[in-house]
Amino acid sequence: MKVKGNNFSLDAKDIKILEILQEDARQTYTTIGKRLGIAHSTVYDRIKRMEKYGVIKRYTTLIDAEKAGAKSIMAIMTIITDPKESEHVAEKLCKMPQITEVYTSLSEELQIIAKVTAESQESLHEFIASRIAPLPGVMRIRTSIVTKKFKETQPIITGDQKQLTLADKNKV
Amino acid sequence: MQNEKELKPLKTVPREKAFYFFTSIGNYTGESASSLVEFMDKVNRVDVKSLEFHFYRGDFERWFSEVLQDEELSEEFRKLHKLNLSGEPLRGRLYAIVSAYIKRLKFNKSM
Repeated sequence: MKVKGNNFSLDAKDIKILEILQEDARQTYTTIGKRLGIAHSTVYDRIKRMEKYGVIKRYTTLIDAEKAGAKSIMAIMTIITDPKESEHVAEKLCKMPQITEVYTSLSEELQIIAKVTAESQESLHEFIASRIAPLPGVMRIRTSIVTKKFKETQPIITGDQKQLTLADKNKV
Repeated sequence: MQNEKELKPLKTVPREKAFYFFTSIGNYTGESASSLVEFMDKVNRVDVKSLEFHFYRGDFERWFSEVLQDEELSEEFRKLHKLNLSGEPLRGRLYAIVSAYIKRLKFNKSM
């Protein structure tokens, strides 16, 4: 699997390391090495290389906001925009701390999908009415308040296993 | 000479101070009003659910009072709550109040 914008390629062992880090990023190089049957120094080198090329962007903490005592609600907004203003609207949304994720999607109309958090339904409405609706290019907004979270994980890395196996043989 | 305070409701407010019509929490219809005249026009056109949503929350009187700085119109809307109107009768009543009010303001302006 070739890394976008670089000559650097990921092989099957790199992918395995990423999968293990996604389970728990605090595992030691030795633990990861033992699981994969490789030396901890190899794990170290590969992780450093993936950090250098931006494959690993950062190590963060997944917090259960409810258990942490945060009284907040989460909602998914679908914002229908004027296609000419869509990028601009998305950029503005990215700058707002209340908005945690922003995507564009093309169905019948150009849409922006964004995840937003607020203290209450009232503050959510106030935020959307005073900050989102007035943005030039916003045509309509549909908001769904999340009532229960069933799953939240990072996306799983997948690749062409045959190609990865060949790359693996050549490199390791 | 006309009092500037009386004419304020007829002015156009900036985009961020406009009234944005929603049908429920976070669901924006795409309709907005930047002046009282535009508001009257939108009252006639928006989904009646939107009028009901904002009316029962007291959003209209809050906008008249805080943005247009018109306590008189705000008070007229506040009084309407006693009548428990909904649907098209609510739309008709809101439109009648605002249009009569605008006519009065324009008449005063021309004097």
